[in-house]
Amino acid sequence: MQAQTLYEKLWSSHVVHQESDGTALIYIDRHLVHEVTSPQAFEGLKLAGRAPWRVSSIVATADHNTPTDHWDQGIQDPVSRQQVETLDANIRTVGALAYFPFKDQRQGIVHVIGPENGATLPGMTVVCGDSHTSTHGAFACLAHGIGTSEVEHVLATQCLLQKKSKTMLVKVEGELAEGVTAKDVVLAVIGRIGTAGGTGYAIEFGGSTIRGLSMEGRMTICNMAIEAGARAGMVAVDDVTIEYLRGRPYAPKDAHWEQAVTYWRTLISDEGARFDKVIEIDAAGLLPQVTWGTSPEMVTDILGRVPNPASVQDPVRREGMERALSYMGLVADTPLNEVEIDQVFIGSCTNSRIEDLREAAAVARGRRKSDRVKRVLVVPGSGLVKRQAEAEGLHEIFVAAGFEWREPGCSMCLAMNADRLLPGERCASTSNRNFEGRQGNGGRTHLVSPAMAAAAAVTGHFVDVRTFERLAEDGA
Amino acid sequence: MKAFTILEGLVAPLDRANVDTDAIIPKQFLKSIKRSGFGPNLFDEWRYRDHGEPGMDNASRPLNPDFVLNAERYRGAQILLTRQNFGCGSSREHAPWALEDYGFRALIGPSFADIFFNNCFKNGLLPIVLPEAVVDGLFSQCLANEGFRLKIDLREQTVSATDGSVLSFEVDAFRKECLLNGWDDIGLTLRHAEKIRAFEAQRKVEHPYFFA
Repeated sequence: MQAQTLYEKLWSSHVVHQESDGTALIYIDRHLVHEVTSPQAFEGLKLAGRAPWRVSSIVATADHNTPTDHWDQGIQDPVSRQQVETLDANIRTVGALAYFPFKDQRQGIVHVIGPENGATLPGMTVVCGDSHTSTHGAFACLAHGIGTSEVEHVLATQCLLQKKSKTMLVKVEGELAEGVTAKDVVLAVIGRIGTAGGTGYAIEFGGSTIRGLSMEGRMTICNMAIEAGARAGMVAVDDVTIEYLRGRPYAPKDAHWEQAVTYWRTLISDEGARFDKVIEIDAAGLLPQVTWGTSPEMVTDILGRVPNPASVQDPVRREGMERALSYMGLVADTPLNEVEIDQVFIGSCTNSRIEDLREAAAVARGRRKSDRVKRVLVVPGSGLVKRQAEAEGLHEIFVAAGFEWREPGCSMCLAMNADRLLPGERCASTSNRNFEGRQGNGGRTHLVSPAMAAAAAVTGHFVDVRTFERLAEDGA
Repeated sequence: MKAFTILEGLVAPLDRANVDTDAIIPKQFLKSIKRSGFGPNLFDEWRYRDHGEPGMDNASRPLNPDFVLNAERYRGAQILLTRQNFGCGSSREHAPWALEDYGFRALIGPSFADIFFNNCFKNGLLPIVLPEAVVDGLFSQCLANEGFRLKIDLREQTVSATDGSVLSFEVDAFRKECLLNGWDDIGLTLRHAEKIRAFEAQRKVEHPYFFA
């Protein structure tokens, strides 16, 4: 048999039907649902008098609108509250395999709770009305974001209409320097191929650097595949994948576990499989990354400078850069490590897992936030992550450093709840998008890793975290 | 879904690359549980001088005179010229809902983000991909000629200008049929219900752990 890529294996094992132009009906194993992109889909289903096809495929949670403090007071914003209550009512009516509502012990960001509960499994198709569904590809599944019409389509038919993507291999080789993380790798990839570089492709991340990452790190990388334009990112199965899943609540048990593992071991790209495009990245030379503009591709390393639009020939690109610098309030040629910040956000589906919080805490330990920084939000990805962090005492490090330890949710990644930047405020953020207004109208976002965000919090400006000594608890 | 056959309409140029769906419809408007009413908040942060929130009277808000869609000459535009990677970022279908509610029925650009592109077809909105140089030419013509109009014929897969020039574009055969007929995807898929059931039954046998 011809050597196949991981994507081709996942694709061909889910084709139910194919039209003559290649449009295929793809079977969906897991449907993740949150409050923002589902109400119109449930309503459409009801209006058409259709029943949901397989409710046991649904895992739902409320995350985008939920507040991250004062949970005892409920959701203050009436419009947000209505959206969350609408999800409660829809799941009550329709049913689900699992629902983690607002205030539930296991509530959290949809892309955190799926994997940590073992509801995301290798070999699955996973969809959600959210572009960061690419996160789940870290488990060698075919996972991507869909629109609300497609949410309704999956509810009604358990299938999606799809065309096969082209395949891209992003091969990352070499050992990462101390202080350089998965976030830096993926930002560097986006800087290299651009935000449209992956359009039309499913990206497989491979190479020794990726194999050396934890599942948390792999999720960070796949999460931002969409920021490179690819709807789906994925990583092949190995021992790390399998060990992560063992014993999780919805992971297979006993004889099913053995059967599943045998199958999962086949979820790799075969030797000699052909990709439509291959990108190679040298990780050994990689430095911590910081974005300077209003698109994730506008990125450089911490030793770099804000670029100068005058050096760019293409007029559309040059104008885009000029507009970005004006919005960001930055002057060309300024060294990145001189850029001062007003707020810090540590959280989001990109970087709110336990490993991310450990990295941030390792930098914050024994230090205080800079006086010029108004607020440092630390928002765990889920209730389980929060409890794990508290069991490890991470919250005490954050609180001692003057950071705010919050309840789980999407929070200031997209600022749909009350956590947001004021106009003109500059933020070091571990999230995934630095678009205009993303973290609040007029807010200025710089994307960085959790360690870089924590380092910026304590110095008040961007700083090379590699030069940061890890202190003991007492600051010695 | 509204059918799309032939559209003859005024063209507006949005001369920016990488326009993301946060810009097309900011997050505060995503709290709505409805599918309609997003038009007045299309490009909200660029279009108005103040900060918009749901429930405001948009008609009385101060407009940003520098934003292209606020120019009198583009009032009533149904075709939007775009640059590279239009619709990138969030998967929010509120973006095509807002464009459609505003009055757009077609977009012409060198490339669109995947999820956005897909969402357009579900809402009777036709995204047309043309080579970058051709789109450049359309931008120039649009800026130079007030009242610049184009005619889009989906069946023939052509875009024609009033000067008689005709451009061809590609579209997937299946998507084209759905759009021409205004077909509901779900209805079409459910014609294959037996096949889906058979696939599902087989999958349960081979991979029971996906159905636990």
